[in-house]
Amino acid sequence: MEQILRQTWAFVFRDYHLTRRYMSWVVVFTFYAVVNSATIALIGVAAGDRRLTLTLLVGVLLWNFLSVLFQEIANSITYERWEGTLEYTFMAPVSRLTHLAGVSLYNLVYSVARSLVIIGGLMLFIDLDLSRANLWGALVVLMVSSMAFMGLGLMAAALPVLSPERGAEATNIFQGILLLVSGVYYPVEVLPGWLRPLAAVSPATYALSASRKLIGIEGAEMTDGVPLSAVTYELTVLAVMGVVMIPLGLYVFGLVERWAKRTGKLKRTG
Amino acid sequence: MSHQGIEVRRLHKHFSKRRGLLRRRGATVHALKDISFSVGRGETYGLLGPNGSGKSTLIRVLSTLLVPDAGEVRLLGHRLPGEEQAVRSKIGRVSADAAFYKKLSARENLLYSAYLYGMEKAPAERRALEILEALGLEGEKFTDPLEEMSRGMQQKVAITRALLVNPPLLLLDEPTTGLDPKSRRDVQTFLENLRSEHGTTILLTSHDMAETERLCPRIGFIAGGRLVAEGTADELKRLSNSASLDDAFISLAGEKLGEGGNGKAKGAERDAEPVEA
Repeated sequence: MEQILRQTWAFVFRDYHLTRRYMSWVVVFTFYAVVNSATIALIGVAAGDRRLTLTLLVGVLLWNFLSVLFQEIANSITYERWEGTLEYTFMAPVSRLTHLAGVSLYNLVYSVARSLVIIGGLMLFIDLDLSRANLWGALVVLMVSSMAFMGLGLMAAALPVLSPERGAEATNIFQGILLLVSGVYYPVEVLPGWLRPLAAVSPATYALSASRKLIGIEGAEMTDGVPLSAVTYELTVLAVMGVVMIPLGLYVFGLVERWAKRTGKLKRTG
Repeated sequence: MSHQGIEVRRLHKHFSKRRGLLRRRGATVHALKDISFSVGRGETYGLLGPNGSGKSTLIRVLSTLLVPDAGEVRLLGHRLPGEEQAVRSKIGRVSADAAFYKKLSARENLLYSAYLYGMEKAPAERRALEILEALGLEGEKFTDPLEEMSRGMQQKVAITRALLVNPPLLLLDEPTTGLDPKSRRDVQTFLENLRSEHGTTILLTSHDMAETERLCPRIGFIAGGRLVAEGTADELKRLSNSASLDDAFISLAGEKLGEGGNGKAKGAERDAEPVEA
């Protein structure tokens, strides 16, 4: 057990120091995220509509958190291929579960920290009155939905093993589709009928729906945030998605890894 | 318990490549063809061959990074494919290309590697500094980012990474390529000490004749994916009536060591068994 914890820590240690060494880029990307979030939320301020402002804020914050979590896990293998270290990671006596758990753990903490900075930045632009919101409930939704996004990230992380460049491209397209169909800034009902079935399978749809209810912006009028028990359906769907997608992500990754070892695709690129 | 450090029997590996604009034309590259050899525990075995002869493919198979098409591999008694996890905890590998997180320091890269193998921080740092010192790298470089180090220094850090957990089996794929003569000698002396003091089994691939002759009591010639001859340096020279190992290679493998890359060595196209000197 101690060995597994130390191996998990290896990935947290590595990613922490990589973040530290690339701090100027982290600052630049976070600055852009704050500005981007503010410009979206200010649309609601300009319309003089508090409910719209909060809807946009919830969308932008949740999307920032979940997309960065997904993207960082998905790209972790791409980074290793660029650096040429993937072969060394794969020949270490570490199970893939420990490897990907370590990567996911660091990125979960990183995404939370980044979201807190974005919230802090938004407070400079917008008067955030969340006194009627169930913020603890929203935090629970965030954590439960993280599981499903980790599973999606693990599946996407297998793509760069298949093809480094094409894999990174596919990850971006997949992320774009999630943004489109999940109703991040609008209700999914406004989507064309042929796209709506995709909304039903996106974990972000349920995370957003539950968050809006907990913040008190689900209906036409602003209300008090609902208790956690009122979003049991969304939480159940998210939990089931997490329970299914994490093992599925590991399984898909394992299949691709075995294929890469048969065909010789693990070699350095970039 | 097997007395052999490495046992390879009738190993085959091929790669399929797609060519043409629509990638419809397929081509098969036979990287390893019926390779068999063994290395005793505590022995250093040299594998000499030009670029593209199959040396790196063989090292990748032994490192559990490639699954062979056919054949049997046993490393310190563990079978591949099948016992990858046991093998991984007992091998260290150095390749010609020192792959690191270049923004991270030597300390951070080495600690990351140590944690992967379940080592604690303090013993890992102590061991890393010992090895780096033995290889002639000053301790103050320990916290410098790898990107600020020369190629030779990076390679010494790569060797340190492979030795951090005291692996009983070392797979060295052209470890001194690109090093200056002083660094090369430091590494060679270190490897000699390692074998004599710790009984480490070493498989060394190279196209440096002098290095292989100095470090390896037994040498195999590999060309076009085939092991074409093996024996001591003197035996190989005698067998080919050659004055040098270089000439012996040309005579037995049918090509120069600096050539290759196309896998079409004259000597390698023979279907005969490797010549045992």
